[in-house]
Amino acid sequence: MTFELPDFSLAAAELWLLTLGCALLMLAVFVSAQRHTLLYGLSQFTLAGALGWVWWSAPESRSLTFNHHYVADDLATLLKSAVLLLTAVSLIYTRSYLERRPHLPRAEFYVLILFAVLGMFIMISAHSLLTLYLGLELLALCLYALVALNREHPPALEAAMKFFVLGALASGLLLYGMSIVYGLTGTLELHTLAAHLSDPASLPDPGSLTHLAWGFALTFLLVGLAFKLGAVPFHAWVPDVYEGAMTPVTLFIGSVSKLAALALVLRLLIEGLGALAVDWQGMLMILAVLSLTLGNLAAIAQHNLKRMLAYSTIAHIGFVTLALFAATPAGYHAALFYILVYALTAAGAFGVLLALSGEHEAQTLDDLQGLNHHHPWLAFLMLVLMASMAGLPPLLGFYAKLIVLQALLDQGHLALALYAVIFSVIGAFYYLRVIKRMYFDTPTHAATPRPARDLTLALSLNGLLLIALGLLPGLLLALTHAVF
Amino acid sequence: MTLELAVFYGFAAVLVLASLLMITVRNPVHAALSLVAAFFAAAVLWVLLEAEFLGIVLVLVYVGAVMVLFLFVVMTLDLNVSQLREGFVRYLPIGGLVALVMGAGMIWVLTRETVFERTTPLRAGADYNNTLAIGQVLYTEYVYPFEIAAVILLVAVIAAITLTLDPRRRRTSKSIDPAEAVKVRAKDRIKMVDLRQK
Amino acid sequence: MPELPLLLEILLKIGMVVSPLLLAVAYATYAERKVIGYIQVRIGPNRVGPRGWLQPIADAVKLLTKEIILPRQANRYLFLLAPVLALVPALAVWAVIPFSDGWVIADINAALLYVLALSSLGVYGIILAGWASNSKYALLGAMRSAAQMVSYEIAMGFALVGVLMAAGSLHLGQIVSAQQGGIWHWYWLPLLPLFVVYFIAGVAETNRAPFDVPEGESEIVAGFHVEYSGMAFALFFLAEYANMILIAALTALLFLGGWLSPFEGLLPEAAFALPVIGWLLGPGIHWLLLKTAFFLFVFFWLRATFPRYRYDQLMRLGWKVLIPVTLVWIVVIGLAIGFNLGPWFS
Repeated sequence: MTFELPDFSLAAAELWLLTLGCALLMLAVFVSAQRHTLLYGLSQFTLAGALGWVWWSAPESRSLTFNHHYVADDLATLLKSAVLLLTAVSLIYTRSYLERRPHLPRAEFYVLILFAVLGMFIMISAHSLLTLYLGLELLALCLYALVALNREHPPALEAAMKFFVLGALASGLLLYGMSIVYGLTGTLELHTLAAHLSDPASLPDPGSLTHLAWGFALTFLLVGLAFKLGAVPFHAWVPDVYEGAMTPVTLFIGSVSKLAALALVLRLLIEGLGALAVDWQGMLMILAVLSLTLGNLAAIAQHNLKRMLAYSTIAHIGFVTLALFAATPAGYHAALFYILVYALTAAGAFGVLLALSGEHEAQTLDDLQGLNHHHPWLAFLMLVLMASMAGLPPLLGFYAKLIVLQALLDQGHLALALYAVIFSVIGAFYYLRVIKRMYFDTPTHAATPRPARDLTLALSLNGLLLIALGLLPGLLLALTHAVF
Repeated sequence: MTLELAVFYGFAAVLVLASLLMITVRNPVHAALSLVAAFFAAAVLWVLLEAEFLGIVLVLVYVGAVMVLFLFVVMTLDLNVSQLREGFVRYLPIGGLVALVMGAGMIWVLTRETVFERTTPLRAGADYNNTLAIGQVLYTEYVYPFEIAAVILLVAVIAAITLTLDPRRRRTSKSIDPAEAVKVRAKDRIKMVDLRQK
Repeated sequence: MPELPLLLEILLKIGMVVSPLLLAVAYATYAERKVIGYIQVRIGPNRVGPRGWLQPIADAVKLLTKEIILPRQANRYLFLLAPVLALVPALAVWAVIPFSDGWVIADINAALLYVLALSSLGVYGIILAGWASNSKYALLGAMRSAAQMVSYEIAMGFALVGVLMAAGSLHLGQIVSAQQGGIWHWYWLPLLPLFVVYFIAGVAETNRAPFDVPEGESEIVAGFHVEYSGMAFALFFLAEYANMILIAALTALLFLGGWLSPFEGLLPEAAFALPVIGWLLGPGIHWLLLKTAFFLFVFFWLRATFPRYRYDQLMRLGWKVLIPVTLVWIVVIGLAIGFNLGPWFS
């Protein structure tokens, strides 16, 4: 038996994250939790270092290592950079929130966030069913714990419980599907799997028993993926988790983790099972249509902003699944672009909520009422974020929706494109309602204290980026086009 | 019938029976014990398949550690069994239907030879060491997933401790700190009261 | 059945191991009472037979003829099953223990794992006894015992990891032969911390003093077996002593070279070629028995010397001292193997 020593340098960022995550854990044992700046600084340093390693280790061409369990390519570099930047921004938004709440376990918060980032990295760079699943579990476990972190808050515990039970169920389904795929092909590696399927002789004949088994496998896989993405009808956990978790955790789940979820779908469905697109397209379409409908309609009825954003996430996931449904490189590109834009916008929206959270946690529409009166700049940023989510030109959100629709129209799915547009218009209602409450209603609350300077700065950058990139979408498009 | 076959049928019967008992008995402690028996029978079947490492590890980890703690919890909890069973009759039809469909589907798929790729494992000689073989594969070919699994366990530990340990109530045991005990002076413990006054 | 002769052979082998073992258990009780007696300046049992030699027989007859009392509302089947569950693993482990080169019932590769797995089953007998007795003292004893045994099993397992790293095998025979080359080659020296941890964990696993909190009579009467009498009680007793002998034998096998002779490499070759003396000086079952007897004596010695640990001290010792020590030493062994250190790892 020969053993090829793996090329560790490709996975330098993962090793860095793991080492520094453990170091932070040890540090937290010996250093008082009051030394918040130290923990925060080390976490940011870890993220920055990881970004450096990601760029340093990015290979010229797609390379595999660890016996084909690990892949490094342009998609991985792009998504990993996005994950790191967004996580760093989330931590900036979160710092003062944690400082005001000394009862929360801070060190564990940072450690879990770092391990969650590690889990996402593993998913993004996964090249076998095994690593995909393990990365997903690592991420999910960190998220369950993060949701439950605020132990004195019963809704948080309830949300964590729901998240955990449904997440475990989804993992089980995913694993079931993977095991059937393994039984059918005898391989765990994605490229062997794709090679197996690209051979026309091994493609299952319609109506044969093998085809049925593939049908079972795909169904289990897609149900599992839909759970993780939060697409209707497997969305039940999303609103409760968004509302129950403390806002920093919601921010993390709502923006950063969606990038990893897309990576999971891209690796598994497109890279591994791309040859079976005909079989999974139909299921994706159902998920997309239901998500668009329910997400947009239910969001209208929400008073709690976190809950509203949860339903809006579902609607956005509907858009992403539509892009994937097109099953063309243009469609995958649109999905990637859309999820990046969505993650950036969602991070900003939760960032505004964190900026407004003093002792009290800002999360309802009432908390935003008359925001323009107290914090005109924050109100303007929120206006930009909401308008981008609604897809108003010239913001970036408009452009994201546009290329998804383009990808659909290229394939001749006119009806679906129209359906998406109609529900986007319906969706615009609740985003505009937020703007109306901020600008045209008189405030009922006293002004919250001014947010920290670094928070305002990051938030401003976040909002202005949406305008700038909306005007010059070519910058971001150049990055995402390099991938597909 | 050879001895091996007799052992197989014996323990397979135990496995099925124990699994059935596990889901039907009323007493949670009995259910946990049935599960232990089922694990044990499954381990024996594995050993029959010449996967002795997996068999022994199943006993070591699940029977020896996990189920002990499980029993520990079940014994200390005052489980209200009747409450747990309230929905049983109501969900029986739909549950039964799902079980029936799943069972039929599995039988149907598994009895066809053509669906899954099948290989008959080679009979290894008596000197074949499957602990060694598993170790070799685990630490070379699958070292990356193996290490990720380790990280997952680490996170599970962190999560479990974070969610249960309350730093403000850390000192719950009645242990004595000798340093504190030595420092005690008589005036800390005794209060002299003058009773002669009234 | 074609395998009938094989079955008979196995049964015969089992008989050859179990019957001396049961005899050894009986006389271990006698030895314990005598040893502790002398340590406490008493004589110990001296009425039944010459110098009390027949005392264990008398005890056995007494226990056999006593009534087994079932407490009211006890769980009848589990109550009777528990002692059996305690005894069966304690006897089954002996299947893989080699007494000399090749003298073993089942010569399996993963013997060390098998030992660990089966010794972890012993706890079921104890917790079931505690639960089925329907008595608060018994339940408390069972809880303590379960927590204690699960905790110390970790330290014990890690100590064994060190041994298997050093020997490169899970096979007990190979572990012993890896220690060949005289007393300085035995693993007690390079694995000294693991040796100590293993023996301490072994004492805790068998619930012996000073770790006998599961039956701490000053607090919970007699712990998990408070409701047992007669033969059912005797089975627990049997299991405890069989486990003690097992731990002693394993410590001898893993760390003191098992049946290897301490004179190896010290005396000239010619000494081993002498007729009877050569056999006595060379490797053989007598050395294993001698080493086992020594560790058994240490068990009694500990009981006569130390007061019982308090429960929280016991847990602290297990988790905060023994486990870290083993973890550190595993790293040290890894480095030693990496650098081919000394005569042990080259």
